[in-house]
Amino acid sequence: MKKVYATASEALDGLLHDGMLIAAGGFGLCGIPELLIDALVESGVNNLTVASNNAGVDDFGLGKLLVTRQIKKMMSSYVGENAEFMRQFLSGELQLEFNPQGTLAERMRAGGAGIPGFYTQTGVGTQIAEGKEVKTFKGKDYILEEGIFADLSIVKAWKADDTGNLVFRKTARNFNPPAAMCGKVCVAEVEEIVPRGSIDPDRIHLPGIYVHRLIQGEHEKRIEQRTIRKREEA
Amino acid sequence: MPWDRNQMAARAAEELEDGMYVNLGIGIPTLVANYVGDKDITLQSENGMLGMGPFPFEGEEDPDLINAGKQTITELARTSYFDSATSFGMIRGGKIAAAVLGAMEVSESGDLANWMIPGKLVKGMGGAMDLVAGVGRVVVVMDHTNKHGDSKVLKECTLPLTGKGVVDRIITNLGVLDVTHKGLHIVECADGVTRDGIVKATEATIV
Repeated sequence: MKKVYATASEALDGLLHDGMLIAAGGFGLCGIPELLIDALVESGVNNLTVASNNAGVDDFGLGKLLVTRQIKKMMSSYVGENAEFMRQFLSGELQLEFNPQGTLAERMRAGGAGIPGFYTQTGVGTQIAEGKEVKTFKGKDYILEEGIFADLSIVKAWKADDTGNLVFRKTARNFNPPAAMCGKVCVAEVEEIVPRGSIDPDRIHLPGIYVHRLIQGEHEKRIEQRTIRKREEA
Repeated sequence: MPWDRNQMAARAAEELEDGMYVNLGIGIPTLVANYVGDKDITLQSENGMLGMGPFPFEGEEDPDLINAGKQTITELARTSYFDSATSFGMIRGGKIAAAVLGAMEVSESGDLANWMIPGKLVKGMGGAMDLVAGVGRVVVVMDHTNKHGDSKVLKECTLPLTGKGVVDRIITNLGVLDVTHKGLHIVECADGVTRDGIVKATEATIV
């Protein structure tokens, strides 16, 4: 069992094909698999459908794959920070399937847990419910949402051991665990690969069973909205 | 004088009770955190955090620590982190007592529209649809009218809905209104604003 690869491109070797469905972790620019996204840009793989809460910004994260027109369709909850995304969507060049954020997270989690569908109250009576089965439980309406089964998951964690056990840091965890779970193959990038046994088993956030390939690398970790308070407010 | 942004936020803070777990939306709702005083309130950030602290001091920003508005924040002694599926599990599961959200339009039956303007503005619903469907109580904070002076409190929303029949209370610059089965009920008027003033500025039915 060798999971550790030298580079992002090597870790993706043999896993890519045009038209594939990729689930990506991250929220905004926080906890995004930036090295694997760069490797996808280099690979030239095309016609992608990407399930990810956001689509990065124009020159960072998934925004890079939009600029190169490698993405055919996004499954997202929020695209407000990305001008190129808006332009491609409004001109009809890009398909966009809006998913409520919790529905997107649960669709990934469900897919990873072998659950093809679940009922939720989220979106009942809105355009999200159009075309979806409605079922009533105890007098309340719920809509059927389907699990996401991705061809590939790309995620970012803080630390890993060589067996793929992952530890995340603060709010950079976000969509990474459910995104990792729902892929047939999951590639993770981390800031540090530590020796086996050096992570307390009780502190592992995602067990290595979900992680098939692994790289370590330098991350830019760009901040989207730098907000601070003045010292005298303390 | 109608309430300003800070006065609306202060009024919204009165809705929160000691011990509550609360989710605050982007914009004026974010300001509510400044007015909770001594009340023991735990703020949820739906990207995976309970116990959200204030903005960091300069030089202490952490790219791994942001709120749902992507702003840098800090943690508190009570803070916990979790993934997005768990975060929305607690929202959908009714564990969050209240959400304070902004709105583009609200209807007299409690319909809320705050996520898109067709053909013009496509941002997405983020976690708003999950929040309004799952939390115990939904309080909307917004200006009573738009920049053209048209009422944002309507008989029926014209924009795509975020949720149907989900709003419990509306706090605007003019006052506080509750959604009831018969229509909207004026609970309170802002300083210097009359009941008539609110009725005139409102397209929805007031009972």
